[in-house]
Amino acid sequence: MTKAPPPPTLKSARTLTLTYEIPISKTNKFWEGLKENKIFTTRCKKCGELYFPPSGDCPSCLSAEMDWVEISGEAELETFTQIFVRPATFTKYEPYIVAIGRLKEGVRTLAWLTGIKREDMRVGMKIKLVGKVGPEGTPTYEFVPL
Amino acid sequence: MRKVAVVGIGHSKFGRRTDVNVNELAFEAIKGALLDSGLTQKDIEFVSVGSYGMWYEEMLPAVTVTEYAKLYPAGLARCEAACATGSAAFRFAYVTVASGEADVAMAVGVEKMTEIDTPTAVEIIGRSGSYLWEFEKFGLTFPGYYAMHATAHMNEFGTKEEHLAMVAVKNHKYGAMNPYAHFQKEITLEEALKSFVVAWPLKLYDCCPLSDGAAAVILASEERAKEITDTPVWILGMGLASDSASLSKRSGYTGLRATVLAAEKAYKQAGVAPKNIDVAVVHDCFTIAEILAYEDLGFCKKGEGGRLIEEGQTYIGGKIPVNVDGGLKAKGHPLGATGCSMVAEITRQLRGEAGKRQASIKEGKGLAHNVGGTGHYCYTTILGR
Repeated sequence: MTKAPPPPTLKSARTLTLTYEIPISKTNKFWEGLKENKIFTTRCKKCGELYFPPSGDCPSCLSAEMDWVEISGEAELETFTQIFVRPATFTKYEPYIVAIGRLKEGVRTLAWLTGIKREDMRVGMKIKLVGKVGPEGTPTYEFVPL
Repeated sequence: MRKVAVVGIGHSKFGRRTDVNVNELAFEAIKGALLDSGLTQKDIEFVSVGSYGMWYEEMLPAVTVTEYAKLYPAGLARCEAACATGSAAFRFAYVTVASGEADVAMAVGVEKMTEIDTPTAVEIIGRSGSYLWEFEKFGLTFPGYYAMHATAHMNEFGTKEEHLAMVAVKNHKYGAMNPYAHFQKEITLEEALKSFVVAWPLKLYDCCPLSDGAAAVILASEERAKEITDTPVWILGMGLASDSASLSKRSGYTGLRATVLAAEKAYKQAGVAPKNIDVAVVHDCFTIAEILAYEDLGFCKKGEGGRLIEEGQTYIGGKIPVNVDGGLKAKGHPLGATGCSMVAEITRQLRGEAGKRQASIKEGKGLAHNVGGTGHYCYTTILGR
């Protein structure tokens, strides 16, 4: 039995490429700090709420008066995965581990966890958030085992 | 708010539909719903089109779909609620009729996800959370999001990979009985467990496919519904809720708070409890999501979702049959179509038209649970005869 040919299609000749330039003026100290392995974030001057990731506005009390504070990065692993089927712009990386950690200061963050095999990980282990310049030459942050 | 009924349903075959473009695909469902209701385009006063878009060529599908189907000049809107986009379209049509603004309205859900390559499709879905803080640097994917829910659930409640696989086996069993389903073959527990890892601990058979498909629903006021059909299916309650874009801002990972809140509202509006539901379709984009839904919708206690599937309680004949249309897992998950497809399936079940996968309808009530993103949006709808 011969297989039916696939239905005819028209391959579009109009390819679209989108590159966003994302404003970071309200969080620039955070991005700059990462280059020196410092984790800065914001705390509302008025109500005291701590934000991570940093926020230039406090939606809790509607104030825009924020203090920059440095945090330790010490955290506890809450959950994790390892991404094997990767998005188009991440196929150049080996399968990577993504984790959520609860920082000592009470806020959580999501980042890659490096320097450990997935098999050796367990929920509740101590980890630390560190700043660095990533392989693409831009500031980034990731968890490492403590 | 006035009483509103579903008076017509239409559904395309789900799958890799390289034979049709988005407008032609949507028309299959629109035509089906018109024929099912006996209405014509002139009767439809308002149309909402649910489509996520990006993976096919049309930027404004609401206008191209309604042009192809000759549905203009009805009032028109396009809706988005991530994977619950179809439910958002259904909601818009529902409130338009319930408010008295229109007597008859149509919700159309359509998605065409296979016109682009798979890594780009994975990219588009992965970007659909908090792009800046969870994708730009970390490439988190949707299987990855739900994998983190699975890791937390397994760690806290001892849920096993086998429990996840059992959900896939059940949904493939029913998908094999559904002529509209993307996958129409049964699978074994071993096949599911041996499939390759997509985002640990989730494997290929824990994940719904990228599908093309469309579904349409026609809604009418009480007075019009009684003229149109002898088998109206009433909307008894509809609850909506949302949660943070970032997974790291959630209160926990072993459930979806948006589901709990949306379900509470829907049960209250309908005046029913989980035990009154005869059949449910829940948002099983990943097998773990079905287990979370069992718990968050109150079909079992928190942490006991694994046991519920292990005991076979969500098969036909069990305590609460779930996803007996194959679910997103086997029927397929064309994002914009899913919400309307869910309402169509519950309507079919309550009318007693589901054939060999017909659940036993005792109380005359069914539930549709549609999640957008990883609990970013939730729409829970209770329908009744």
